[in-house]
Amino acid sequence: MAPPSKRRPGFSRRAQFGIFTGYVVAGIGALVGAILLALSLWRPASFNGPRAAAHDTVAPAGELTAVARSDGLGLIDSIAGYYRAGRQNAALKREMELARIRLAEAKAVKTENRRLKALLGLKETDVKPVVVSRIVGSTASSARRFAYLGAGKADGVGPGMAVRSPRGVVGRVLEVGRDSSRVLLLTDSQSVLPVRRAQDEVVAFAEGRGDGLLRIRLINLGINPLKVGDVFVTSGAGGYYRPGIAVAIVSKITDDGGLARIISDPAATDFVSVEPIWQPEAIRSRSAPAESPPEQ
Amino acid sequence: MNIRTRGPARRDEYGSRINREHSKVLAYGIPSFSILLGSLFPIFFVATAVPLVPPLGFMMLVSWRLVRPGILPIWAGFPLGLFDDLFSGHPFGSAILLWSLAMIAIELIEARFPWRGFLQDWLTGGFVMVVFLVFAAFLSGGNMGGPMFKAIVPQILLTLLMLPIVSRLVARLDRLRLTRLRAS
Repeated sequence: MAPPSKRRPGFSRRAQFGIFTGYVVAGIGALVGAILLALSLWRPASFNGPRAAAHDTVAPAGELTAVARSDGLGLIDSIAGYYRAGRQNAALKREMELARIRLAEAKAVKTENRRLKALLGLKETDVKPVVVSRIVGSTASSARRFAYLGAGKADGVGPGMAVRSPRGVVGRVLEVGRDSSRVLLLTDSQSVLPVRRAQDEVVAFAEGRGDGLLRIRLINLGINPLKVGDVFVTSGAGGYYRPGIAVAIVSKITDDGGLARIISDPAATDFVSVEPIWQPEAIRSRSAPAESPPEQ
Repeated sequence: MNIRTRGPARRDEYGSRINREHSKVLAYGIPSFSILLGSLFPIFFVATAVPLVPPLGFMMLVSWRLVRPGILPIWAGFPLGLFDDLFSGHPFGSAILLWSLAMIAIELIEARFPWRGFLQDWLTGGFVMVVFLVFAAFLSGGNMGGPMFKAIVPQILLTLLMLPIVSRLVARLDRLRLTRLRAS
């Protein structure tokens, strides 16, 4: 039998009005939500303040879970390592030999590079990271791909700065609180990054697709020169990212470019470093009303 | 003489009845608090490439609404959604709108199908969940395309499978909610 409905409270006027008011308030709530949503879709930076403050409060807890997570990953890795120890050891030895040779070659290239740069009068600039921090959280249940860093304005982090791990680019700082900041990951569908192929000057855009892959869109259309396994690095165009940081490996060829996997998977990243904006002047001159980095 | 100390008059599933009372803080606090905690929970997960963790805050809300109708007022979607918006990563206002609409929708579904049962609650909750996830992705401000919709399918399936489990959890929390504590 169906239970008695709460919607028909009998003859009590008071109860009837109470239910009616509930409906009205719920309707108003939905309406306010719709207005706020429209506002924040129109101006994505509208509610940065309260959100950043909220994340500042939970950042310490995120710090703890991040430590637990990386320790757990390390434990699983070391257990898995025992299973494959022998075979892996042999393979690693072979790889090591090759790597030594390559390293020697790279040293030669490096000296030559330095010599040529000296000829041209270029200065070696080593970028010092603004801060090194952990990824303390992410929007794991949302269709957007954001991560949260445990460092904010107090550490010198500002919107637009590049976030990278030892392996490559992770994303870009979108908004900062006092002790936490929100990072737009490369895989987000609003993320676009100017890249070039590592070995030559094939330039392209790497756009997030929202499903973990990047779409490589070539700027010069024509015969598609990409091959599976090509590595793309940042080109430095746009001024946000320093050139030459690894971004993605092409895994599939399409008509106008390809699909690529990101090299620095944020899931496997422990510490990340925040780098200053590479060319602040270029960005300042381009975006006159600079309220936040545009999400495009 | 043998005095029986246990019996329905003295004791029920919420504890002893003698000198014990329901706590107001627990009775009113636990539903909201568990939903807030559910909203907070997914951000501590690893930054996966695709959305995978079910929207736990919303699942808690729907479960409380279905397991214990009458506890949450129909306008509860507004304040709880406001909190969720701070952490979900969706544009601000998305959860306020969708949670409020979900509460109204469940009310309407309940008026049309007033029975209760495991399967019916699962169907109702699952329907609300799927609609919520699709609309939340659509209103997320991202570029919606084929790949993105394909990417949320695993999350939808996981959410549907986890809904009865969360409902069980809510039933457990409901017992905790009505535990009798020593009257001071």
